[in-house]
Amino acid sequence: MTVRWQNIGGKLPRLPRWWTPAHTAAAVALLVVALGILPVLKMSLVVNGVFLGGIIALGAIGLSLVFGILNFANVAHGDYMITGAYVAFFFIDSFLPLLGIEGQGLGPFTFGYPLLIALPFGALAGAVAAIALDSLIYRRLRLRGANAAVLAMTSLGLAIAIRGLAQIIWGTQVLSYPRESRQVFHLPLDVRIPPDSLFIAVVAIILVVSVYLLLTRTRMGKAMRATADNPDLALVTGINTQRVIWATWAIGGGLAAIAGVLLAVSQAQLLPIMGWKFLIPLFAAVVLGGIGNPYGALVGAFIIGVTMEVSTQWINPSYKPAVAFAIMIVMLLARPRGLFGGSGPG
Amino acid sequence: MDSPGGILALLEADGVVAGYGETDILHGVSVTVDDGEIVTIIGPNGCGKSTLMKTIAGLVKVRSGRVRFRGEDISGAPPERVVGKGLCYVPQAANIFASLSIRENLEMGAFLRKDDYRGRINDMFGLFPDLAQAPGRKAHTLSGGQRQMLAIARALMLDPALLLLDEPSAGLSPAMLDMVFERIAGINATGVAMLLVEHNAREALGMSSRGYVLAGGENRLEDTGPELLANPEISRLYLGGR
Amino acid sequence: MEFAGILDYAVGFVVMAGIYSVLALGLNVQWGFTGLFNIGIAGFFALGAYTSALLTGPPPQGQFEDFVFGGDWAQTGGLGLGIDLWFFLGIGAAMLVCAAVALVIGYVTLRLNDDYLAIATLGIAESVRLFFLNEKWAANGSRGLYNIPQFLEGWIAPDKYDYLYVVVVLGVLAVLFLAMQQAVRSPWGRVLRAIREDEVAAEASGKDVSKFKLQAFVLGAVIMGVGGALYAHNIRFLSPQTFDPLLATFIIWAMLMVGGSGNNVGAVLGAFVVWGIWTGTQFMPGVFKDPNFRFFMIGALIVGVMLLRPGGILGESRRTARGRTAAARPPETGDGG
Ligand SMILES: Nc1ncnc2c1ncn2[C@@H]1O[C@H](COP(=O)(O)OP(=O)(O)OP(=O)(O)O)[C@@H](O)[C@H]1O
Ligand SMILES: [Mg+2]
Repeated sequence: MTVRWQNIGGKLPRLPRWWTPAHTAAAVALLVVALGILPVLKMSLVVNGVFLGGIIALGAIGLSLVFGILNFANVAHGDYMITGAYVAFFFIDSFLPLLGIEGQGLGPFTFGYPLLIALPFGALAGAVAAIALDSLIYRRLRLRGANAAVLAMTSLGLAIAIRGLAQIIWGTQVLSYPRESRQVFHLPLDVRIPPDSLFIAVVAIILVVSVYLLLTRTRMGKAMRATADNPDLALVTGINTQRVIWATWAIGGGLAAIAGVLLAVSQAQLLPIMGWKFLIPLFAAVVLGGIGNPYGALVGAFIIGVTMEVSTQWINPSYKPAVAFAIMIVMLLARPRGLFGGSGPG
Repeated sequence: MDSPGGILALLEADGVVAGYGETDILHGVSVTVDDGEIVTIIGPNGCGKSTLMKTIAGLVKVRSGRVRFRGEDISGAPPERVVGKGLCYVPQAANIFASLSIRENLEMGAFLRKDDYRGRINDMFGLFPDLAQAPGRKAHTLSGGQRQMLAIARALMLDPALLLLDEPSAGLSPAMLDMVFERIAGINATGVAMLLVEHNAREALGMSSRGYVLAGGENRLEDTGPELLANPEISRLYLGGR
Repeated sequence: MEFAGILDYAVGFVVMAGIYSVLALGLNVQWGFTGLFNIGIAGFFALGAYTSALLTGPPPQGQFEDFVFGGDWAQTGGLGLGIDLWFFLGIGAAMLVCAAVALVIGYVTLRLNDDYLAIATLGIAESVRLFFLNEKWAANGSRGLYNIPQFLEGWIAPDKYDYLYVVVVLGVLAVLFLAMQQAVRSPWGRVLRAIREDEVAAEASGKDVSKFKLQAFVLGAVIMGVGGALYAHNIRFLSPQTFDPLLATFIIWAMLMVGGSGNNVGAVLGAFVVWGIWTGTQFMPGVFKDPNFRFFMIGALIVGVMLLRPGGILGESRRTARGRTAAARPPETGDGG
């Protein structure tokens, strides 16, 4: 599988090679249609979709990085998300109160400041779990020369085991972080934004920018891109590929865990099955952006998020995952290599 | 074991057996390189030249025999440790990080360096002025000759004592080809020993102190560069028709 | 008395294990023979079950049944032969529906990288579940269908029905098993194995790889549809909750991995062993009884098999390197020089 990272660290996004005037015409037509739809759309849904897209993006970027460097579809990614969410729950619900740290209603948010303390610990748990599982399991399979299908299969086993473990510890009932109901912000165009969404957006933006800086400015980030590009050359160049793999898991697991916490905040609930369910929008975003291309995944995430939310204007909201799935199928028919794939180097 | 000159050889591959999957490609190949010399390996397509290079670099496992670098046994060492000892390798194909910029490629070449390597990057830009023109350019946009220079520069970032070059002139225009050989000679003049695999045998042997002929995964012939060039059989098989 | 109770239980056990064997055989065609990663078995399982249940079951009756259609073949579709032929018609319809859906999904994804198929199967399973959950008119939503007819109903006392159905299940299983054994040994089966071992080489030798993959995917889905239909007429109650990923997808994976993928005997053996572990642990004391622990165990079982015995109980599954390998491979697989 070719990995397409050439968009990373590029100067300016240029039109891809396959772009023809017909594409321009189609884009303009699409824009006109979009402008036509716009007045009908509930802007509120669009805005919610952007926030949902932010959460999807955090998961999808990590998933795409893992895909690019380890070359397999990690179906346990959603369960790395709930790992973070439940560890954060443990901190907020049990551990922090034990230390006398309790607090409700931080500013306009539904949650208190304990969540801000719990969030990094959730991320840490996700990263550590991902690294530990790599060292204990995936690394041994790699050394044995296992192929990508075996690694994906193993990730399915891990997905089940992680969820089972979460159910043993926290049960299968619906949990939630402590909440205080809050006023929503009213914006023009009948847009209502729950303050929590702004928090989610800020966290997502900070993390996405950090990942970008990491990949383009740091030695380890560049080594990650080099390894994804050409694993054999990375080895003979002296890049410590095992460390690159651990860094990838740390970022992927950490981002997933934070996405899990944010998902639990935005849905006001926490359930073990949430992670597995979230795989569909995650993978849809990754496919949309081109497998292995983290920037594509970012764009894909927002497209998926907005479409999922906007679709609820016409169809039953519980079909949202099916909508993500449908977009993915249409995408596979129209541009199988993803929005940005296809012209990558050898 | 001592080299022909009586001093400890820089690189010494001795009876190396290696291959892929079930099959052996190399059936006991021996090669030595002394400090500062250029040694060329020639041989027909598919005889295992690249496999030998990969085996020395640690990418392919040594199944029998041994590889010593500066007297130390490196057979079975992972590539990253081999590189750290000052033995750098430029593969035959896919020898640059295509999606990284020129500068990033060089930075990756310096991955094992703990010191400030910016001076070294500037040295490389001095050696290969083409690369200095737009260091931010993505490597996949470079021409064949520029890619080859970038690949060599990347391998030089660690200041190696020995450079393995697998067909550095493959697919280059004659003008480019002369330039690449000129650079190789220049690098060698600074004391870097070279083990070269080349199809342009005349040029390569011309600047080599010694050469090996490999065939069917075995040593066929070993001699000084000038002697091999003068050998009528070699002329007929590997030097003719160009 | 005591013995009769144990026998009743054992027969019930064999019925379920037999049905799971059918599903595992279907998965074996996809993963074991061909290396296709289907993580949405539940989708085909449910489609098969609902199709047969809706076509053979009665139309809605009473205030708790909101759906619009029941084929009632059990009453009308006997073709006057006196034997419950409708049962086989129901299975046939289940096969057709699964084939159609698999054809569409496979057609879209199998031209591409294998990873797309896995993602698409995940999507189809969830979409099928959401459909039956939300579209009350189709199959009564979350209340489910509970008047599913039984094959040869009335031939045997209702509380001994398993004794009859076990013969049916084992019969169907035997037919499918023999057919699959034939399939693996046929030239067609050899091509599938060649694709699994080295897709690039198979392509190079002139095989239309995506066509073969599509055929294997559809065949596997069809067999899963049979399993679904068998299940529906055994349990006689279906709701979207029946097809949760654990008991309709994950456990079937565990069965195939434990038994030995690429091996039909392994698929059946695995189904019996894992179903035995699954049902057996509920009688065990302490933590084993905890359904969440058993959930964890299914995952751990898969990981354990991959780590310790990649071939499953029946040993070497002949599944070695396929097209691509993971990054940071061990030295000897390095290429590209
Ligand atoms: N990664 C690999 N896996 C399996 N076989 C390989 C691999 N790489 C090379 N071979 C085989 O090993 C043999 C030797 O290949 P090698 O690349 O060493 O030859 P070479 O002498 O470098 O040829 P050339 O002059 O064409 O570069 C060939 O038969 C080739 O097909
Ligand atoms: Mg070669």
